[in-house]
Amino acid sequence: MTSAVVQLKKKDFESDQDVRWCPGCGDYAILNAIQRTMPDLGVPKEKIAFVSGIGCSSRFPYYMNTYGFHTIHGRAPAFATGLKCTNPDLMVWLVTGDGDGLSIGGNHLLHVIRRNLDVNILLFNNKIYGLTKGQYSPTSEVGKVTKSTPLGSLDTPLNPLRFALASGATFVARTYDTDIKHMQAIFKAASAHKGVSFIEILQNCPIFNDGAWTENVAKKVRKDRVLFLEDGQPMVYGSGKNQGLKLNGLALETTSWEGDEAPADVFVHDSTSESGVLANLLTEFTDPLPVGIFRQVEAQPYDEALMNQVAQAKEQSKGSGLAELYRSGANTWTVE
Amino acid sequence: MTTAAPDAHTSRDRVTIRFAGDSGDGMQLTGTQFTTTSAIIGNDVSTFPDFPAEIRAPAGTLPGVSGFQIQFGSVNIRTPGDAPDVLVAMNPAALKVNLGDLPEGATILVNEDAFTGPNLKKAGYAENPLEDGSLKAYRLVKQPITTLTREALKEVEIDSGSKDRCKNLFALGVMYWLYDRPLEPTLKWLEQKFAKKPVLVDANHRALKAGFHFADTTEVFTSHYQVPAATHLPAGEYRQVMGNEALALGLTTAAVKAGIPLFYGSYPITPASDVLHHLSQHKHLDVRTFQAEDEIAAVCAAIGAAFGGALAITGTSGPGVALKAEAIGLAVMTELPLVIVNVQRAGPSTGMPTKTEQADLLQAMFGRNGESPCGIVAPATPGECFTMAIEACRLALTHMCPVFILTDGYLANGAEPWKLPNPDDIPEIKVEFMTEGNGPDGVLNGYQHDPETLARPWAIPGTPGLEHRIGGLEKWDVTGHISYDPQNHHHMCELRAEKIQRMVVPDAELIGPDSGELLVVSWGGTYGAVLTAAEELKAQGKEVTICHLRYLNPFPKNFAGALKRFKKVIVPELNMGQLCMLIRAEFMVDAISYPKVHGRPFQVAELVSKFTEVLGD
Repeated sequence: MTSAVVQLKKKDFESDQDVRWCPGCGDYAILNAIQRTMPDLGVPKEKIAFVSGIGCSSRFPYYMNTYGFHTIHGRAPAFATGLKCTNPDLMVWLVTGDGDGLSIGGNHLLHVIRRNLDVNILLFNNKIYGLTKGQYSPTSEVGKVTKSTPLGSLDTPLNPLRFALASGATFVARTYDTDIKHMQAIFKAASAHKGVSFIEILQNCPIFNDGAWTENVAKKVRKDRVLFLEDGQPMVYGSGKNQGLKLNGLALETTSWEGDEAPADVFVHDSTSESGVLANLLTEFTDPLPVGIFRQVEAQPYDEALMNQVAQAKEQSKGSGLAELYRSGANTWTVE
Repeated sequence: MTTAAPDAHTSRDRVTIRFAGDSGDGMQLTGTQFTTTSAIIGNDVSTFPDFPAEIRAPAGTLPGVSGFQIQFGSVNIRTPGDAPDVLVAMNPAALKVNLGDLPEGATILVNEDAFTGPNLKKAGYAENPLEDGSLKAYRLVKQPITTLTREALKEVEIDSGSKDRCKNLFALGVMYWLYDRPLEPTLKWLEQKFAKKPVLVDANHRALKAGFHFADTTEVFTSHYQVPAATHLPAGEYRQVMGNEALALGLTTAAVKAGIPLFYGSYPITPASDVLHHLSQHKHLDVRTFQAEDEIAAVCAAIGAAFGGALAITGTSGPGVALKAEAIGLAVMTELPLVIVNVQRAGPSTGMPTKTEQADLLQAMFGRNGESPCGIVAPATPGECFTMAIEACRLALTHMCPVFILTDGYLANGAEPWKLPNPDDIPEIKVEFMTEGNGPDGVLNGYQHDPETLARPWAIPGTPGLEHRIGGLEKWDVTGHISYDPQNHHHMCELRAEKIQRMVVPDAELIGPDSGELLVVSWGGTYGAVLTAAEELKAQGKEVTICHLRYLNPFPKNFAGALKRFKKVIVPELNMGQLCMLIRAEFMVDAISYPKVHGRPFQVAELVSKFTEVLGD
C-alpha cells in the first residue's frame, strides 16, 4: 500500500465542505490532528473510509476528503463491519460520541470490539448530548443538571475504557483534544495496530458542557492531574516528577517521594501485557487521569479470518460452480 | 382377519397423507423421506410441514404435536392438499390435534402402544378413542408399532430408547407398502446419514423393512394403491427443493451473474434462519455471511457492504423488518442496492412464529418514516423463490435501491420438484462501478441519475479520485451534496418514487378468459390453492380468471387494464385485506376482500366455495 504513493499533505485530506461545528468546539482540534496524521500513514486517500453515526462528532466524515459514510444513530460499527468485510484493504475509521457509541449504539460497539474488526474507533467523549441541545449522556457525572434533568441526573456514568476492555478490545487508548501532538501519536499507533483500536478522546463542548475536562487537562493543572502512560517507563506524574502509582494488594494507589529517582515500587507500564488487569486498574483513576495506550495485544482480526474462510472454501471447492451448487446435498432424478 | 383379497393395485391420481406425532418422534424426517421417494419415482409433490415453535414441548401434550402433510400425484400438484386421505398418528395428542381435518372415511393408522392412560390424559381424552367407538366414521387401523419395532430390532445391540426412536421408520415402511413406493432411496439415505454409526443404519433399515413386510403379510389394509408418475413435468433433471433453499441458491446465482461478492447480514429468526444456513455453505462462490448481533446490525452491515460494492442482502421475518426500518430508509436515501428478504410469519409481535401469513405487504410498502418507496417481489411457489431472488437482485442493482422479497413460512418450508436450471441460460446482471468522474473537472457527481433507470453512479471506496461522502441527510440532485432546499426535497421524493415505477417487470400472469364475471387477484404463496380452485370450478362449468402478482411494487403494466375488464374482482390473501386496500386506493376498483388469518394456507375447498358464492347463479 505504501509503494509509489505521492507524499500527501494535510490539505489533501480536507474536503470542500465548510466545517460547521460551534466556535471553540474540541472537534476542530481532533479534525486537525487527524488531517495532520493522515499523510504520515502512507495510505492513499482512496483507500481510507470514515464511517460515523449521528451526533456532532458524526459530521466528521463530511470534512475528510476520503470516502465517507454518515449513517444512522449508533449503528456505525455495523456499517463499518459490512464495508470492511467487502473491502478488507480499506483503512476504516469509525467516528462516534458518548451518546452515539455508548447509549443508542452500545450493543454494536460491544460487538465490533469483541469481533476484533480491523477498524480504528474514535469516541469523542464530551459527557453531554450536543446535537439535541444539551441533555445528559451515559458518561455524564451523577447529579448533572441539564434540560432533561433539572433536578440532576440519576444514572451512574459509564467508563468508556472499561467498557472497551470488558468487550475484549485489543487496542485501548485515551487522548484529549487540547494536545495535538499526543493525539497524533495515539492515532498513528492505532492505525498501526492490526485489529480493533479503541480511542477515547476527551473533548470539550463549549456550548453545553464547557470545561468538561478542565479539572484534569487545563494547562495549569495538567502536569499534576494527568498521568502520561509510556511503555517501559514508571508511572510518574506531577510538576516535580515525584508522584507516581504503585501496587498495593489488588489496587493501584498514588505515592510520592523526595528526590529525582522514582522508587522501585512505582509501577512500570506495559501495554502489551496479555492480561487486561493492569489496564483495568488504570481506568479507575481520575486523579491523576491516565492518558496514552492502556493496552495493545495481538489477535486475528475478524475480516481477515472471514477472508481466510472464503479463500479456503474456494480452494477446497476446486472450481465447482453454480451447476454443482444446484445439485449439492440433493437426490436428483431425470424426467424423460 | 377375513377381508376380501387385496385389490393389488388400485390406481389414484392424487393422494394426501399426514404424519403426526410428538415433536421428538421424527415426523418431519418421515414426511421428508416419503416426499423424496415419491418425487424420485416421478410423482409431482407439494408439502406442508406444520411444527410447533417449542423445540421439545412436554412429550405427549397437544402443543408438542408436529405434523407433515404431503400431496403427491400423477397430475399437476400445486398444494399440499386440503384434507388427508390417511393420517398416521403416533400418539393420542397427534390424533386429537389432527382429527378435525379428516374427512369421513379417511384412514387412520395409529400406534396403539402409545394410547396408554398417562398419554390419554395428557391429550385430554377421558376414554380411549380407539375403544369407545368415537372413530367409527373412519377406517381405523391400530397397530402396536412400538412393540413391533422392538421385536424387529431384537438382535440389534443398541439401547431400548434408540430402538424406540426407529418406530417412525416402521410407520414409513407401512406407508411405503400402502402406496407402492420403493425402499431404496430411504435405505440409501440412512446409509449416508449414519455413515459413522453402522449400528443405527442396521436398526433403521430393519425398522423400515419390517414395517413394509408387516403391511404386506398381515393384510391390515384391504388394498394398496398405485400413484403413477406424473406426465406434465417437462423433461430434465430434477431435485426436490424447499423455498428457503431455492431462495439461497437464487441469491448466490445473482451474485455470480453480477460478478460481485455476496454479503448476507442476518440474525437468526424463524422461519428465515435456513437462508443463512444455506448461504453460509456457499462461501466458495464468494458468499460472505455475517451473523450479526441483532436485526439492526444485520441490515446496517449489509448497507455498509453495498457501499463497498457487494451484492448486499439481509434476511429476516416481519419482526426483524420492523427493526430494520430506519436503516432501509438510509438505503433509500443513499440510493444503494439492497435486497431485504422477509419470510413472513403470523403476527403481530411475536405472533405465531412457525405459522404462515402474508400480513407484511403494507409494512414492505410503507413501513418506514418519510416517503421511502422500495421495490417488492413475491414468489408463488417454493421453486420460484430461486427466480424471484434473482429478479429482486437484478432490480436492486439496476436501479440502485432497496427491493423486498416477500415469501412466507409456507413457501419457505414447503417443497416441490425443481428442474435444475442451466446456469448458462441465466442472463448476466450488469454492474458497472465508476472509474472516473462524471462531472466538471473530473469530479464525481454522485447523484447524477441515469435517464432511463434513474440509478445513481456506484463509486466504491478504493477507486482513486472518486472520494466522496454519503449519508442520510437529503441530497442535492446531481452533486449529492447535503441540501435543505425545499424544491429539491420535493423533487428528490418524486425521483425516488419514479425510480421504482421505472422498473421493468413482466406482465402479470392471467389464467383464464381475458374478460368476464370474476377476476381473482392473488399474490405470493396462495398461487397453488387459487389455481387449483379455478380448475375445480372449470370442471364444474364455471369460469373465473386468475391474475397472480409476482411484482407488487411496481404493479405490472397490464394490471390496471385487467382489473377493469371484469364485473367483479376478489382478492384472497392471508391477511386482513392488504393487497385489496392497495388496489382500491390505486385503481379505484370496488374489489372484494377475502381475508384469512388462521396461520395456515388457504384450502382449495374454501376458495371454491367463496368464488362460487361471488359468482352467484
